[in-house]
Amino acid sequence: MTSRKTEILVGLFVILTVGAILLLGLKVANQGMQARGETYTLKAKFDNIGGLKERSAVKVGGVIVGRVESISLDSDDFTPVVVLTINKNYDSFPETTSVAILTSGLLGEQYVGLQPGFKFGDIGNLTDGDFIEDTKSALVLEDLIGQFLFSKNND
Amino acid sequence: MISACVNWVAEVGRNTIERCAAIGRAGLMLFGAIVALPKLKNVRLTIQQMYVVGVQSLLIIIVSGLFIGMVMALQGYTILVDYGAEGSLGPMVALSLLRELGPVVTALLFAGRAGSALTAEIGLMKATEQLSSLEMMAIDPLRRVVAPRFWAGMISMPMLALIFSAVGILGGHLVGVDWLGVDSGSYWSIMQSTVDWNEDVLNGVIKSAVFALVVTWIAIFKGYDAVPTSEGISKATTETVVFSSLAVLGLDFVLTAIMFGIE
Amino acid sequence: MENVVTIKNMTFSRGSRTIYDDISLDVKRGAITAVMGPSGIGKTTLLRLIGGQLAPDSGEVMFKQKNVHQISRNQLYDLRREMSMLFQSGALFTNISVFDNVAFPLREHTQLSESVIKTLVALKLQAVGLRGAADLMPSELSGGMARRAALARAIALDPELIMYDEPFAGQDPISMGVLVKLIRALNDSLGVTSIVVTHDVTEVLSIADYVYILAEQRIIGAGTPDEIRNSDSALVQQFLQGNADGPVPFHYKAPSMEAQLLGGSS
Repeated sequence: MTSRKTEILVGLFVILTVGAILLLGLKVANQGMQARGETYTLKAKFDNIGGLKERSAVKVGGVIVGRVESISLDSDDFTPVVVLTINKNYDSFPETTSVAILTSGLLGEQYVGLQPGFKFGDIGNLTDGDFIEDTKSALVLEDLIGQFLFSKNND
Repeated sequence: MISACVNWVAEVGRNTIERCAAIGRAGLMLFGAIVALPKLKNVRLTIQQMYVVGVQSLLIIIVSGLFIGMVMALQGYTILVDYGAEGSLGPMVALSLLRELGPVVTALLFAGRAGSALTAEIGLMKATEQLSSLEMMAIDPLRRVVAPRFWAGMISMPMLALIFSAVGILGGHLVGVDWLGVDSGSYWSIMQSTVDWNEDVLNGVIKSAVFALVVTWIAIFKGYDAVPTSEGISKATTETVVFSSLAVLGLDFVLTAIMFGIE
Repeated sequence: MENVVTIKNMTFSRGSRTIYDDISLDVKRGAITAVMGPSGIGKTTLLRLIGGQLAPDSGEVMFKQKNVHQISRNQLYDLRREMSMLFQSGALFTNISVFDNVAFPLREHTQLSESVIKTLVALKLQAVGLRGAADLMPSELSGGMARRAALARAIALDPELIMYDEPFAGQDPISMGVLVKLIRALNDSLGVTSIVVTHDVTEVLSIADYVYILAEQRIIGAGTPDEIRNSDSALVQQFLQGNADGPVPFHYKAPSMEAQLLGGSS
């Protein structure tokens, strides 16, 4: 009873939907690296994380290598602990690597910048679950202004 | 004076009882319709209804999606360009469409285009005794008439919402990139780094599926429960559009709070 | 002759309004049983009660010795395959052609091949004289043709019982004559049992084997057409002759005129 025309048009409808999904999947959305499972985690303690959020990017020289997995507060020393998920393709950062919270542009989003250290001697690579020791906190505008005024007063 | 008060209280009571009874009837109707095991014949009927509710809504969905995407790019550009942030046009258009406008506007258009038609069709089938005559032919109208329309709505609306969002993003590209001169590469790449498949696209689809359930359910029930006269059907049709629009907007708030509100 | 439908002491009310108060009637196999009565007393309701679409408050409705309202849903649906109903409006499906309408119950309930269905539908349409109209849509049919097409659909599955709901209402004399002839002919040739609900006295008395007259929630007269014509009940005679006033009053129940006009604002 279903006429041929109906079937063809419903078929086109389905194809159009698949097209939309492909566009959204390939061009619009990132699939989230957690889903692929080829990742490892690094941890870092900061004094202040500023406006960093979960899912913020982790970049090395501007290249995205991972995302912020979670942010929590260490209950012993009350400093924020940031867990980073890094793509397995980039698994040979030396232990001397430093990490900083940076801002893209004046008003842009905050992200985590990794600065790989030098490899020499018996320095090994960072592996899953390691803490990055060398951290620089986020720049907090209010603190900067406060410091500026303070140093002015001292003059 | 006192008797007027009592009458008013009685009316409140009567309305409440009637509403509860209607919700009960709606639940029974839906249960009766979808509890049946799908047969090959019913699949074919569902496809036929997908043509009616889905394919015939395509044009309005595509045109609205295109224009809404274009308008958003235009509006967004004039604001973002002041901050030198026109690169964020892509994610702005994409996120608003995927999270909010796609599911919501599609559901509203669907309620007006397909929902009202479903109500009127089923209401008229009832008024012209076609539903009764099915029953007397030993064919359950819930399974033969209501169920295929319900499933067609459930399947079609998320599809329409995805198409709406995709077309809207292309429309945003048309205005933002081709007309206003935002860099095409940054439109796509910043969008891609911001939009998350699970978080944004899938949540939008889930929203849309919930709206589909509500709108289709209301449309079918209003038709099935309509008073079989011309006024009854016109009232039912209006109520379908009003109730399902309100339900969509209210549910949208709840779903947004659940999905995106709590970090 | 055995009874196809038996109604025993049935009471049915809609809201606070009693439609039937303790009525009993029998429908004999192979006969045409007419149920007559003034408009608005729920003759259609009677058919819906027999078809199991409505349930009585008390009493029982038996179809082929099975209580229509006490069997399971599946059994009821099986039972309904053996009866069919011709609705007042015809109730053809407006979105498919006459051919598909008649083929509808066959396609739903049987696994017959399309060529067999084609033959069967042609036979059924031939029986009601509409074989040439197979490809028309229901909206293109006149009222009488629509009812005949609906009749073809009603007999598609060769039911044992056909219920006609006001088959003559709003028909011109020719269509009416055609329908009267058809009902009789179908009854005789297919051996089905028929229940005709109507208020068209002369037509139905010419074909019915047994007649019930309903009024005021009760059966006020029963018998063969001749017995009915010679009935000495004032109610029956008023109905047969169509007198405006009589035991069935001209005025709907109301307070007396004086009370309403002089008795104040309420």
